[in-house]
This record gives sequence, C-alpha cells and structure tokens, in this order.
Amino acid sequence: MRDALGVGVAVGLSGFAFGVTSAGSGLTLMQTCALSLLVFTGASQFALVGALAAGGGPFTAAAGAFFLGVRNAFYGLRLSQLLALPRAVRPFAAQWVIDETTAVALAQPTRRAARIGFVVTGLSLYVLWNLTTLLGALGAGTLGDTDAWGLDAAGPAVFLALLAPMLKTGTERAVAGLAVLLGLGLLPVLPAGVPVLMAALAAPVVLWADGRRKGRGDEE
Amino acid sequence: MNVWIAIGVTVLGCYAVKLAGLLVPAGVLERPVVKRLAALVPVALLAALTAQQTFADGQVLVLDARAAGLGAAAVALVLRAPFLLVVAAAVLVTAGVRAMGVG
Repeated sequence: MRDALGVGVAVGLSGFAFGVTSAGSGLTLMQTCALSLLVFTGASQFALVGALAAGGGPFTAAAGAFFLGVRNAFYGLRLSQLLALPRAVRPFAAQWVIDETTAVALAQPTRRAARIGFVVTGLSLYVLWNLTTLLGALGAGTLGDTDAWGLDAAGPAVFLALLAPMLKTGTERAVAGLAVLLGLGLLPVLPAGVPVLMAALAAPVVLWADGRRKGRGDEE
Repeated sequence: MNVWIAIGVTVLGCYAVKLAGLLVPAGVLERPVVKRLAALVPVALLAALTAQQTFADGQVLVLDARAAGLGAAAVALVLRAPFLLVVAAAVLVTAGVRAMGVG
C-alpha cells in the first residue's frame, strides 16, 4: 500500500513536470494532453517534447520516443503469460502496459491478484497521469518563464532517476558512458534528434564487445 | 503541423509495441540476445537524453545552472531519496543557481 502510494505520488509529480515541460517546449494544451492520453509512457513523452524543443524533425523526434517505448513490448510478453487475457481484451489492456503496472502485476502471488493489480494500477495511474499533465500544462502558463523556476531541469532529472536503477553491472555503465559520449559528441555535427538515435548504438556495440571478450575467455 | 505528425507517429508506434508484446507468441522475443539488447537500449537512450538535456542549448554544448541541478539529483539518488525528492532537488538547485545569477 505504501509502495502504491509512493508510485502514485511519483507518477503524479512527473505528470505535472511533463505538462510543464511540454508547454515550455512550445506544444499547445491540446497537443500536450493528447500525448498523455494516447501515448501514456512517460519517458517517450519527455523524449519527444525534448527533441521537438531542440528543433528535431517530427520523424527523428518520434523515432527516439519509439525506441524508448520498445521495452513495453517485453513487459507485454511477460504480462500476457501472467494475466492470460482473452484476445478481445488485449487491445484495450495494451495501453496500460508500462513500467509501473508491470512491476505491480509481477509482484502478485496469484493470477487473480495480478489481474486486479494490473487493472487498479493501470486505471489509477492513467487518470492521475492525465490530470497532472493537464494541471502542469495549465500551470506553465501562469508560471511565466519556466526556466526561471528551474523546471527545465525536471526532464533530465526524471531521466536520471529512471536510469539509475538500471546501472546494475559494468555492462550497463559502459553502455551509459558510451551513449553520453556519442550523444554529446555528435550533437554539434548532426541534425537535432539524430545524435540520441546514434547513441542507442552504444547498446549493440557494448553487447558485441562483451560477447567477444567472453568468447575469448572461454577459449583460454 | 509538424508537432501533430510527431505526436501521431509516436502514438501509433508506442501503442503498436505495447500491443505486440501481448499478441506475439512467447519465444519470438525470448532469445537471449534480443532480451539483452532490449534491456540495454533504454539505458543508452536515457543516458544520452540526460546528458543532452543538461548540457545542450540547441546544437551548442553549454555548462549552466542545469548541471548543478542534475548534480543535486545525482546526490539525491545516491542517498536513495524517493523520486519526488530527486526531481525537486534538481528543480530547486537549478532555480537557486539562476537566482544567484550564475547560470
């Protein structure tokens, strides 16, 4: 219960931060709310408005958001086995396949509890995320210059908070380090939005290097 | 208009991957390499995005108040502060440094 509350507060705050960031990036109220209603996966939304604000084209911006959303396919895979949803329900359940609902559903002891956990978390976060997005977007207008309030630091802080628990082993740290180098190094020379996509290549590169090192270790 | 195109493409793409996970038979995505890659790509994207949104101003690299804010967030994370405090620390420190007229 305390966990659920903590998740709720965190999601509510990032929804608010997203609304403010999106409005500060020049998106209209309609556009901001459309993203939260229809995309409903926070990191992708932050990435999209950030890329658009930096002057990225619509397709490069969407590509970055898309690749961040790909992890949800793997959550869906785990959930479809766990929840055993009827085929007709899956298109509706799909929209709620995100980090938080997966974490809650996977933590339940029985299928019934997992289903309840998925639906309750999905519904409450969906309502909360969209309400706080709306409030943030509305609030951004009355705040005036959002930069003066330091709100442009909210986006990267959200990313860092999402990233930190993923840096479990040297492999993840190597990927993150290489991605930072690529992302910053290519920024001045490539069109906006493209450097982030190039930075994603850090993942296969490090994985390949890891595989080679292990392969060589086996031979010795 | 461009913004709506970006929104439309993102909406379709993000929904498609969510649905794909529920519909695709297990086994297709269960190969170890695919799973490893799927876990590492978000790491790369989040790291690059964090760095860019902290140090980029358009296509120019800059060091301003946001770096101090991100540093505060990092300290909060190391201290295992809850998500709320991490973001609040970044926002408050950035605003504070700007108010002092540094960044």
